[in-house]
Amino acid sequence: MADAELSVTFAGPLVTIQDAGRPGNMRYGVAASGPMDRLAYDAAHAALGNEPGLTAIEVSLGGLMLVCSKGSLTVAITGGDFVVEHAGQKTSSWTILTLRQGEKLAIRAGKAGSWAYLAFAGALATDDWLGSQATHSTSGFGGGAVQAGRSLVISDTEVRDDRLGDIAKPEFIPNGPVRVVIGPQDQHFTSLAIEHFTSETFSVTDAYDRMGMRLSGPALELDGALSIPSEPIVRGSVQVSGDGVPTILLADHQTTGGYPKIATVISCDTDSLTQLRAGQIMRFVSITGQQSVDEVRNFVIRRKQYLEDVSIARGSLEQRLMRENLIHGFIED
Amino acid sequence: MDPYFKAVADHALLVTFADQISDGAHASIIALDKAITSNPPDGITETVPALVNLLIAFDPIVTDHSMIEGKVRTLLENLETQRIEGIQRRVQICYETSLAPDLEAVASTTGLSIDAVINAHLTGDFQVLMYGFAPGYAYLSGVSENIHVPRKTAAVRDVPAGSVIIAGPQCLITTLTMPTGWSIIGRSPSPILTGDPAHPFLFDVGDRVAFERIDLKTFENLVREPAYG
Repeated sequence: MADAELSVTFAGPLVTIQDAGRPGNMRYGVAASGPMDRLAYDAAHAALGNEPGLTAIEVSLGGLMLVCSKGSLTVAITGGDFVVEHAGQKTSSWTILTLRQGEKLAIRAGKAGSWAYLAFAGALATDDWLGSQATHSTSGFGGGAVQAGRSLVISDTEVRDDRLGDIAKPEFIPNGPVRVVIGPQDQHFTSLAIEHFTSETFSVTDAYDRMGMRLSGPALELDGALSIPSEPIVRGSVQVSGDGVPTILLADHQTTGGYPKIATVISCDTDSLTQLRAGQIMRFVSITGQQSVDEVRNFVIRRKQYLEDVSIARGSLEQRLMRENLIHGFIED
Repeated sequence: MDPYFKAVADHALLVTFADQISDGAHASIIALDKAITSNPPDGITETVPALVNLLIAFDPIVTDHSMIEGKVRTLLENLETQRIEGIQRRVQICYETSLAPDLEAVASTTGLSIDAVINAHLTGDFQVLMYGFAPGYAYLSGVSENIHVPRKTAAVRDVPAGSVIIAGPQCLITTLTMPTGWSIIGRSPSPILTGDPAHPFLFDVGDRVAFERIDLKTFENLVREPAYG
């Protein structure tokens, strides 16, 4: 099968190689890493007809520019609302296109969203660590940062004309407040702090990277001394530092830490949360542990259905024209 | 105190044994962790032992908090409470001044000679309490009481991987170049991230650790060979 080579001409900070991550190593201080927005990443592969979990590039607000220096291949771009420029054409993320030798591709911050995914009809092989190419940003372990000058070789490439065009966005995602389960260290907060946490609004600050998102809002007052033993952290833990400032820990989180956690974001709400940008306003709503399990179970069914829907090839251009003509003809009848 | 249970979002349960660090609480954490990992109940995806609690992560499609809590309560009733000894691990350390920039400050803070600080460190009763902060950062308890020193007021940047650092009763061998506010008293050539896919981390939580002193020449010979994974 054919190979393609992509030469990176520009990459902003925090553009990294990611696959589905390396879960199961938190006991050794290793977060799962993987995509910040796991649904957008999964959608890119589904829409290409790929197996889930293949290696892709996570593009930050800093953007990515590359040129296809060898071969040709079909790629999917999902996540947020990024600007995509390909061979002189301007479009936006949630699209599938074919890159041919000599063509340029640019993915830049658009109207909304913080992370985009570039997935390939082919295999990108980079360094792996603990069986995963996902980059752990603070150590650099895994596939690593994508920087200008880096050449990415994609093997077993395919041109998949039957998949070109727009990808349906995951519109089933609830657009309400971020759902959390209070705790597990809520006993270290005043009752007023807990009340403020779910009644007031918070804004995202620019202290936002793959490790976590610091928020700005009412100070969340701790009830007494801060000296608590380090306790486990998960993706979605909302830890509060001594000055009352909350930070939501994300893909490359520490696995333990001594700041008390006022709440934990439920797993199906972290993806859309990561797409917020500095300055955007958010609100939390508290649900019980059992409610969160019910919500996640419902979400997983809808998520699976969505990925199945986007994975259906629409057929070649010819097939699609034919189909549209037929439908058109039918309506005119 | 009886262990208590807290939901962590939809996908984990935190079992807490004490409010403050104690040998008894940590022994229970290790015992429960071992009971779960040796025969994991349905749906449990991983466990994370920490200082006073054990996080039990699960797949919410398969199980939920109350089912896991029920299984853990059964395990706790039959828990072997005697201390689990853990495997004895050996870590080499070089205390040469160029690799141990804070040795002198620790000596002056504690009123000991540099040799006495080194001996105190070598005679520590080290056990792996938990991992955290960064990949492979294993927190060891058991620093001899006469060399307990507080954290520095400001962190020092770019501390090399392999540095052996202490603060209070804890000791740690760093795996990455990172800032730290702990005192750097030596450097180890023994990689905690082994690079061996079958056994990627040198320690498990609960293991015992003994430091073995090496000279600079031995250190330099050793670091030339293996690389960090």
